[in-house]
Amino acid sequence: MLIDYLGVREINGSLIVLDDVEGAAFEEVVDIRLDDGTLRQGRVVQMEGSRVVIQVFEGTRGISLDNTRTRFKGHPMELSLSPEILGRVFDGAGRPIDGLGDIYPAARANINGTPINPVSRVYPKNYINTGISTIDTLMTLIRGQKLPIFSGSGMKHNELAVQIARQARISDEGEDKFCIVFAAMGAKNDVAEYFRRSFDESGVLQKVVMFLNLSNDPIIERILTPRCALTAAEYLAFEQGMHVLVIMTDMTSYAEALREFSSSKGEIPGRKGFPGYLYSDLASLYERAGMVRGKSGSVTQLPILTMPNDDVTHPVPDLTGYITEGQIVLDRTLDGSGIYPPVSILPSLSRLMKDGIGEGYTRADHSALSNQLFASYAKVMDARSLASVIGEEELSPTDKRYLEFGRQFERQFVSQGANENRSIGESLDLGWRLLSTLPREELDRVDDKLLDRYYRPGQKEA
Amino acid sequence: MRMNDLNVIYGINGPVVTVRESHSFSMMEMVYVGKERLVGEVIGITSELTTIQVYEETTGLRPGEPVTGTGSPLNVTLGPGILDNIFDGIERPLKAIEQNSGAFIARGSSVSALDEEKQWNVALRVKPGDELTGGDIYAVCPETPIIEHRCMVPPGLSGVVESVRPDGAYRVHDAVAVLRDKKGGLHELTLCQRWPIRTPRPVAERLQTTLPLITGQRVIDTLFPIAKGGAAAIPGGFGTGKTMTQHQLAKWCDADIIIYVGCGERGNEMSQVLDEFSELVDPKSGRPMTDRTVLIANTSNMPVAAREASIYTGITLAEYYRDMGYHVAIMADSTSRWAEALREISGRLEEMPAEEGFPAYLPSRLSEFYERAGMCVNLNGSDGSVTIIGAVSPQGSDFSEPVTQNTKRFTRCFWALDKALAYARHYPAINWTQSYSEYFIDLDPWYAKNLGEDFLKYRRRINRLLQEENQLMEIVKLIGSDVLPDDQKLVIETARVIRVGFLQQNAFHKDDTFVPLEKQKQMMRVILHLYRKARQLVSASVPISGILETGLFDKLVKMKYDVPNDRLDLFDGYIEEIDRLLSELVSA
Repeated sequence: MLIDYLGVREINGSLIVLDDVEGAAFEEVVDIRLDDGTLRQGRVVQMEGSRVVIQVFEGTRGISLDNTRTRFKGHPMELSLSPEILGRVFDGAGRPIDGLGDIYPAARANINGTPINPVSRVYPKNYINTGISTIDTLMTLIRGQKLPIFSGSGMKHNELAVQIARQARISDEGEDKFCIVFAAMGAKNDVAEYFRRSFDESGVLQKVVMFLNLSNDPIIERILTPRCALTAAEYLAFEQGMHVLVIMTDMTSYAEALREFSSSKGEIPGRKGFPGYLYSDLASLYERAGMVRGKSGSVTQLPILTMPNDDVTHPVPDLTGYITEGQIVLDRTLDGSGIYPPVSILPSLSRLMKDGIGEGYTRADHSALSNQLFASYAKVMDARSLASVIGEEELSPTDKRYLEFGRQFERQFVSQGANENRSIGESLDLGWRLLSTLPREELDRVDDKLLDRYYRPGQKEA
Repeated sequence: MRMNDLNVIYGINGPVVTVRESHSFSMMEMVYVGKERLVGEVIGITSELTTIQVYEETTGLRPGEPVTGTGSPLNVTLGPGILDNIFDGIERPLKAIEQNSGAFIARGSSVSALDEEKQWNVALRVKPGDELTGGDIYAVCPETPIIEHRCMVPPGLSGVVESVRPDGAYRVHDAVAVLRDKKGGLHELTLCQRWPIRTPRPVAERLQTTLPLITGQRVIDTLFPIAKGGAAAIPGGFGTGKTMTQHQLAKWCDADIIIYVGCGERGNEMSQVLDEFSELVDPKSGRPMTDRTVLIANTSNMPVAAREASIYTGITLAEYYRDMGYHVAIMADSTSRWAEALREISGRLEEMPAEEGFPAYLPSRLSEFYERAGMCVNLNGSDGSVTIIGAVSPQGSDFSEPVTQNTKRFTRCFWALDKALAYARHYPAINWTQSYSEYFIDLDPWYAKNLGEDFLKYRRRINRLLQEENQLMEIVKLIGSDVLPDDQKLVIETARVIRVGFLQQNAFHKDDTFVPLEKQKQMMRVILHLYRKARQLVSASVPISGILETGLFDKLVKMKYDVPNDRLDLFDGYIEEIDRLLSELVSA
C-alpha cells in the first residue's frame, strides 16, 4: 500500500518538493531514505495539486535530485507516550537519545495538540510557593499559569529557573504528583548540562522529562521541540493527573528557527523578518498551559527568553507578553550590582495573582502589601532620577528616606541566596519591615486597619 | 456547471485552501471543506483558482477531498438562546461542543448555534390581516428573566399576516406565523432568522449621540465620557490593564446587553470572565450578569480565520438586539489580534503588504467595523444603540503603529493606557494627558441637565489642575519640588489628591468598583473646596507645610473608601471639617 517516491523535483533550504504525489495529507509525516541508508524525517507543509512541499527536519545536506526514496506515513507528527517517559531524555523531535531504547507507547498524540475549549478551562487559583520573595510576594506564580522570564544573554535566568523548579511546592498535594518537562531549543550544551546536573543534585531527575535540541542540532527540529514537550506535559497532566512545570529555553531561538523556515518557504515577512503568524504560532504553544475541568492535573509554563539587546519591544518578548499571563523581567543593572535574582520589580507582573492570594490562599494582607511595595518602589525610581540630576544632598527628607528604602529593599528583599527558600510569611513580614522605614502617611495603598497591625516604625532594621 | 458539481481541493497552505477551475462559488460564500466538512469562506476567485479560508485546523486535509458550497455568505442564526451563552468566532456554542467532544475542541463539530429543542414561552403580537414590514415585531418571549426577546420580520421582507399560531411553547424553528408578500408568496416566520455577518443590519435613521454610557469609572465618566452609540479605543501595551478595564466596563456600564468578544486573547481570561459574570449580580435587576451577556471566545490558539470572523459575529449579534430596542455595548478584546489575523491571511494570499506587513485595506476594514456603532431609530420605530469599545494592543507599546493610528481615526474616544501608571499600580491606568473624548459637545447638555452646570465647571477645574501639575512636574523633575513657591506646591499636592483619590479606582473594593455620577460630583466638589480654601491661606502667607499637617489632603485621598455610595450626605461633613481646620490654622 505504501508507495516510495523516487527522487525529488526541487531542493530549497530545508524544503524539498515532490511532484505527482497522490493521496498525501497536509502536515503528514514522511520518511526520506537516502541512498547511503540514512533515514530522515519530514513533514508536508504545502500542497498544490499533486505537488507537495516537504520540510526536512534534519536538513537537506546530502540530498540530490535523485538519491532519495520518500514514503508518506499516513498520519501527522505524533509522539509516543507512556508514564515511563519520566526520567528519560529525548532529542528535539521526540526520539530517545539516552540509550535506553524506544518508548513502548501507551498512547500516541498529535504534537500540534488541539485547543482547550474555553468553557472547559478551570480558572487557575492555586498558588505555587517558589520560596523566592519577589516572585511569591509581587508576581505570584499560579498553577496553570504561563509566566515567562524575560532575560538577556549573560543574566542569571537559568539559575532562577532551576531554583524555581527545585523549590516550587504545591501545598495541598503530595510530592509524587509533581514533575518537570524541560525543553531546550537551541540551548548550549553547557546550559542543558547545567539543568541536568541541577535536577540530579536536587534528586528530582526521575521526575524530569527532557527534550533537547541543542544549538548545533537541526534548526527545523527546533520548531517541533516545544510541541513535543507540551504534548508530553499534557499527557502527564491530563491523563496521569500530575502537576507539570514546563521550562522552555530559549523561546527567542525557537522564533528565529521559525523565521528561517518561513523565509525559506518564501513567505512575506512581518516585523524584523519574523513571519506574520508569529503571534498565532507562539499562542499555539503558550495557550497549552492551564487546567481542565474534570482532570486533576495542571500544566504550568515557565518559558525563558533572551531579549536581543535587552529590548523588550523586540517582537518575541513583545508578542509573548501579550499572550502570557504576566512576565518576570530581569534587570542588567541589578545583575551588575550583584543582586540575585535580578528581578526588575516594576515591569514584572502576574496577571493571575489577584485571585490566588489573600485570605485562604496566602495571607489577608498580601494584596495591599504588594500594591504598596510596587507604588513605593516606583517612587524610589522617581527619587533616584531626581538625585541623578540635583544630587542626593539636595533631596527632600522624604525623598532621602525613599532612597534608603530602595537600597534596603533591593539588598534584603530582592536579593536572596540561590538555595534560600523563604516561606510566604517570612517574605510578607520582610516587606512590612521595610515599608515601616517610610513615613506612615506615604503608605496610601493600605487601609488603616492593616497599618495599625503591621506598621512598626521602631524596628527599622533586623 | 451545476452547483455542488464535484469541486475538490487543489492546494493547501495553512488555513488557506484553493480549488481549481470552478465557476460555482461566489465571493464570501460559506463552504464546507473536506470529508470532515470544515467551515470555510470564499475570499478570492480567478478563472483559475478559487481561494477559501478555512475556520478550522487544516492538518490531515488531502487534495482531492470535496468542497461544497452553501449558496449563501457566512451568516449567523439570530433568535432566542443567544444570551447567557458562549460561542466561538463563527457562532458555534462552546458548551454544546464540550458535551460532544470533551475538553479539547475537535474539528468539524457541527452543532447548531441555538438550542433547537428548548421550548420558549411565546406570546404573539400580530393577528391575521396585519400588514408587516421588515423589523416589525410579531412575537415576544422571555429569553432570560430580565430580557424580553422580540422576534422581528427579517429586513427586506414585508406582507400581510396570513395565519398566526396561538400563544404557547415553541422551539426556535417552529413556524409561529405565515406572511403573504405582495407577489403572493408565503413565508413562514419562525423564532429565528439568519443574517450575513459582514453586512450591517439596516436602520431607519441614525441619531445624534446625546446619552452618556455611564460606567461608574470616575476617569471615564468625568474626564473622558463616551456616548451610547459611540466608539472608543483602549490602547495599551501588555500589562497596562486593557482587559481589566474592559471587564470593569462590561460589569458596570448601563447598557441593557453586553457582548464580550475575546478575540485572540487568553483562554484563562475567558474562563475568568465566565466565573466572574455568573457570580456577579447585576445591581439593577438582582439577576446574574450572564442573563444579559453574550460571550464570544476565540482564544489565540483557536483557528486564526475564525478569529477574523469573531468581530463581525459579535457586532451582528449586537445589531440584532439593537433592532429590538435595546442599548447594547460590545467589548472587543483585542482588535489588534483581529488586524493580525487579517495580516496573516493576507500573507497567505501573497497580497502586497502595506505598513508593517498589514494589508492595504486595514483602514477600510477598521472604519467599516467602527461605523457599525451608532444610536439609531430602528426599522420598527424603536430606539436602540450599539456602543463599541475596542482594545488595541500596539506592538512594542508604540502608539504610532498602524492599528492604533487607524483606530484613532475612526473612534471619537481614546483612552490611552500608560505603562508608567500601570507600573506604579495606578489603575485604571488611563493617561489623562494623552486621552481624549470628542463626545463632550454631544453630552454636555445631558450632564448639565441631570447633574447641574456645576459638574461641568468642576470638570474644567480638575482638568486645569492636572494640566498645571503636568507642567510643574517638568520643573520638579529637573530641580526637585523644594524650590517651588507655595502656591505651586499646593497645585502639586491637590493634583496628588486628584490622581490618587479620584482618578485611581479600586476594582476590588465594594464601594469603589462602581461610583455613581452624583458621588463623582461630590468628590470633585470637596477636593476643589479644599484647594480654594487652601489657596486663600497660601496667598495670606500661611506656610503650606502647616496646611498639609492638618491631614486634610490625606483624608480626602481616602474619601472614596470612607464614604459609602448611599451616604452622600457625609460629604457636607468634609466641607465643614475643611472650613473648621483651616480657620483654626488662621487664628493660630
